Amino acid sequence: MIPEIGQFALALALMIAVVQSILPILGAAHGNLLWMRSARASSVAQFVFIGIAFLALMRSFIVSDFTVVNVVENSHSLKPMLYKVAGTWGSHEGSLLLWVLILATFGAGVALLGSNIPDALKARTLSVQAWISTGFLSFLILTSNPFERVFPPPLDGNDLNPLLQDVGLAMHPPLLYFGYVGFSIVFSFAVAALIEGRVDAAWARWVRPWTLAAWMSLTAGIALGSWWAYYELGWGGWWFWDPVENVSFMPWLLGTALLHSAIVTEKRDAFKSWTILLAILTFSLSLLGTFIVRSGLLTSVHAFAVDPERGLYILGLLGVSIGGSLGLYAWRAPAMEGGGLFAPISREAGLLVNNLLLGAATGTVLFGTLYPLFMEAVVGTKISVGPPFFNAAFIPMMLPLVVVMGFGPFLSWKRADLKGIFQRLRFVAVLAGLSGLAVWYLTEGGPVLAYLSVAIAVWLLLATLREWTTRIRLFEVPFGDAMRRARNMPRSSHGMTLAHAGLAVAMLGFIGSSAWKSEEIVFVQPGAEIAIAGFDVRFDGVERVQGPNYVADRGTLTVTRDEEPVTILFPERRFYPVAQSSTTESAIRSTLAGDLYASLAEPASEDTAASGAWTLRILYEPLVNFIWIGAAMLVLGGGLSLSDRRLRVGVPRRAITPAAQATPAE
Amino acid sequence: MTRILATLPILIALMVGGFFLWGLNPDRDPNAIPSVLISQQVPEFDLAPVAGVNIPGLARADLTGNPGPVVVNVFASWCVPCRAEHAVLTRMVERNSVRLMGINYKDKPEDALAWLDELGNPYERIGSDLNGRAGIEWGISGVPETFIVSGAGTVLYRYVGPVVGPEAEAEFSTALAEARAAKAPRT
Amino acid sequence: MRKTLFATLILFILPFAVAAVEPDEILDDPVLEARARDISQDLRCVVCQNENIDSSNAGVARDLRLLVRERLIAGDTNQQALDFIQARYGDYVLLKPPFQPSTYALWLAPGVFLLFGIGVCILVLSRARTRRPNEALSDSEESAVAELLAQENRSDP
Repeated sequence: MIPEIGQFALALALMIAVVQSILPILGAAHGNLLWMRSARASSVAQFVFIGIAFLALMRSFIVSDFTVVNVVENSHSLKPMLYKVAGTWGSHEGSLLLWVLILATFGAGVALLGSNIPDALKARTLSVQAWISTGFLSFLILTSNPFERVFPPPLDGNDLNPLLQDVGLAMHPPLLYFGYVGFSIVFSFAVAALIEGRVDAAWARWVRPWTLAAWMSLTAGIALGSWWAYYELGWGGWWFWDPVENVSFMPWLLGTALLHSAIVTEKRDAFKSWTILLAILTFSLSLLGTFIVRSGLLTSVHAFAVDPERGLYILGLLGVSIGGSLGLYAWRAPAMEGGGLFAPISREAGLLVNNLLLGAATGTVLFGTLYPLFMEAVVGTKISVGPPFFNAAFIPMMLPLVVVMGFGPFLSWKRADLKGIFQRLRFVAVLAGLSGLAVWYLTEGGPVLAYLSVAIAVWLLLATLREWTTRIRLFEVPFGDAMRRARNMPRSSHGMTLAHAGLAVAMLGFIGSSAWKSEEIVFVQPGAEIAIAGFDVRFDGVERVQGPNYVADRGTLTVTRDEEPVTILFPERRFYPVAQSSTTESAIRSTLAGDLYASLAEPASEDTAASGAWTLRILYEPLVNFIWIGAAMLVLGGGLSLSDRRLRVGVPRRAITPAAQATPAE
Repeated sequence: MTRILATLPILIALMVGGFFLWGLNPDRDPNAIPSVLISQQVPEFDLAPVAGVNIPGLARADLTGNPGPVVVNVFASWCVPCRAEHAVLTRMVERNSVRLMGINYKDKPEDALAWLDELGNPYERIGSDLNGRAGIEWGISGVPETFIVSGAGTVLYRYVGPVVGPEAEAEFSTALAEARAAKAPRT
Repeated sequence: MRKTLFATLILFILPFAVAAVEPDEILDDPVLEARARDISQDLRCVVCQNENIDSSNAGVARDLRLLVRERLIAGDTNQQALDFIQARYGDYVLLKPPFQPSTYALWLAPGVFLLFGIGVCILVLSRARTRRPNEALSDSEESAVAELLAQENRSDP
C-alpha cells in the first residue's frame, strides 16, 4: 500500500508541476498577481508530495519490503540500518527520486524564503523550475518507476554493492546532488531574467545565496567522494579524472566562476550577460553529468545501469532545457550590455581573469572528457584520454589562477594601484619563494613543478592572510581596535579569506600526497618488518572475523617509530556473501603530517593463504589530510558568506532600478 | 560581434548534442575495443603443444600459406563461457568444414587435457600459451576471443567473447563466408 | 563500484583475480621499477573501466606489467616500451594520447580556449575603457543619484 501512495504522490507532484509551469509565468505576462502567487503554494505542494514519495521509498527500504523491485535489487534484510536508508538513493531510480526532491526543495526554498524577490521575477523563476521538474518527474514515472512491484516477492534481496556500504559514501550522493541540482534554481533565475530582459545588481544579489548554497554542497560532496575513494579503494588515490568525476567537477569549476562574476554584477552592474551565461552553463553541465552517468555513453567506473532508451529521454530533456535556454540567451543577451567602467588593473579585471582561467579549464576538462566520443564518431578509432592528459592540461592553467588569487582581494574596484600592492606583497613573495627552496632542500627528488607549486600555494596562503590583516589593520592599530574592525567587517569578507586560504591548504595536500608519497608492496610471513617513511611496521598475521553481513580477514600491523610504539593497524578484506563480492578496508593512521595507510591484498593463491603469508600494501601519504581540511575551509568559508546578513535581509529594493535606468549611463 | 558571441554557446551545445545522439546508437558498444590486428599479418608467435594432447602446437608459420581461411580460437578450461562456445565451434568444424586452430590461454595442461577429453577436441592444432605472452601478441583482452585468418595469414576478423547465440553466430558466419569468398590466397 | 561493474566480465575474462602490482613483479633495481610504475600509469587496462594497469587487478593487466618490466630489463626506453604495447593494443591503451593529426585538436584545445578567452577579455577591457568618457555624471545626474541613495538608506533599516 505504501509504495502505491508513493507512486500516487509522484503523479500528483507531476500534475502540480505542469500547472506551475504555466500559470505563474502567464500571470507574470498578464500582470495577474493571483496567478503569479500560485507559484508559492504549488512549489511547496510539489515539495511535499515528492517528499512523501521519497519517504515511502525509504520506508520500503527500512522495513525490507521485497515486493518492491528496487528494494530487492539494492537491499538485503541483514544490511545495517544506515545502509538500508542509504539504499534509497543507491540505485538509478532512487537517486533520480532524490534528484527531483532536491529540485523541489530549491523551488520551495525560493517560494518560502524569497519574500523580497519581486512577484514577477519569482513567478517566472518558479515556472522555469517547474519546467525542469516536469521533465524529470515524467522521466521518473515513465521510464524509471522506483515503486515497481514484483510478484511473488523473493525471500531476500540482492544487497547493495558492498563498496557503497560506507558512511562517507552514504552521504556523498545527497550532498553532491544538493550541489549540482541546486544550481537549477540559479538556472531558473537566469532564464527568468532573460524572459524579463532585465538583469541588475538586485538580481545578482538574489541569486548569490542560492549559488553559494549549491556550491558549498557540491564542494562537500566532491570532497567526500574523493575521501571515500582514498580510504575505500585501497590504493590511496583521491582523484582519477574518471569521466564521472569530471562531470561533477565541471559544474564546480563553472559554479566557482559564477560565484565570482555574480559579485561583479552585484557590486558594479557589469558582466551581466556573462553571469547569465555562467548560470545557464553551470546547470547545463550538471544535466550533462546526469546524462552521462545514466546513459552509458562513456565508459566509467561509476556509471549506473546502462539503458540507451533512458539516455535518449534525458538527451531530449537536455535538448529542450539547454538548447532552449541558450537559444533564449542568443536572442536576448546582446541587449543586456552596459554598466561598469573599469581600468585594466582593477578588481573587475582580476575577476575577469579568474573567470577566463576557470572557463578555459572547464572547457579543457569537457573537451578531454568528450574527445574519445568525438574521435569515435568522426575518425572511427577509439582512444583514451586519461589522467596524464588532464594533469598536463589542467595544472598549468590552475597555477596562474592561484597566483592571481593572491593579488585579487587587494585590487580595488574600477582602478587599482598595482605598485602599492606589489609593495605590500613583496615580503610575502620572498617568503613563498624561500619556502619552495626550503622544501627543495629538505626533500630528496620530486618534480620541479612540485616545488613551484609549493611556493605558489604558500604565496596564496600568506597573501590571503596579509590581505586580511591589512583590512583589519592588525599591527597598525591597537590589537583591540583591530579585533573590533574584524567583528564589524561583513562576514562575507571573512568567508572569502577562509575559502581562499582553504584552497591554499588543499593545494599543499594535493602536492604533498602526489609528489612525496612513498609506497611498499611486500609479500610477507607473520613476524616480518617493513620500514617506510621512518616507521617500522611489523606484520603479526591475519585472522578471520565475522561482521554483520560479511566475513573478514583482518590483519594486525604493529607500528613503531624509533622503537617507540605508535599504533596498531587492522586492515581488512571483507567478503560479502550475498553480493558475492569483496572490499578492501584500509587501515589508516592519520596525522596532520601525513597518513600511514595499510591495505591487505588478496592471497596470491590457496597455498599461500594456508602458509599465513599475505601481500601488504603500505603507503605513506604526506600532507594528504590537508586536502580535506582545505575542502572543509572552502565549505565553511562559503557558509560564513551565506550567513552574512546582507545576503539575507536588506536586499536593495528593485523599485529604485527603473529610475536608475532613466539616467543616461550609455 | 556581441551577437556572434552570444550565439556561440548554442551552436556548440547543438554540436555536442549531435555527437551524443550518435553515441546513443544502440548498435554502438562503448566498451568494445577495436583490434589493431585487422588487415595485418598474423603476429609472430610459436607455441608448443599442450602436454598430453596428441595434436601439434601452433605457430605463425601454420597460419600462412593455407589454401583457405582458418579460425583461431583462444580458449581455456577455466573460462566458463568457453564451454558453451565449444559446442558451437565443434558444430562449425563438423558441418561447415571450418579449419579450427586453438590457443590454450594460461591453462594448466592437465586441466586442458581433461576439458578436451570431456567435451571432445574440434581443434586441428593447439598451442599452449602458458604465460599469456602469445595472447598479448594477438592483443586479446580476455577469453574467449576468436579470429578469422586468411589463407595467406592476414587477420580478417575478430570476435570478442563467446560466439554463442543466434546473433553472434550469424555475425561470425557472415564474416567467415566473406573470408571464403575473397580471392584465393595472395602470396 | 569498480568491482561489481566488471564482476560480470570477470566471469569470462579473468583467470584469477590478483592484486594490483604484486611483490613478485617488483624489480630489484629501484630505478627500473620506478620507470615501470610510471609507464604502467600511462597504460590503460583493456578489460577494465578506465583504470590504468598499475592499479588494476585484472590478469591481462598483470601480464602487461610484467611485459613492461621485461622490456625495460632488455634495455628499452620508456617510449619504446610504450610503443611495444601500443603496437599490439592500439592507441586505446595509451592514457596519454599521442600527439598526432587525429589528436592535434585535443592537445591544442587548452591553448585555443585560453587564447579565445584572452581575446574576449581584451575585447571586454577595451570596451570598458572606451566608455570612459561617459564616466563623469552631469550635475543633474549626480543630484539624482544622491537622492536615490538617500532614499535607499531610508528604506533600508
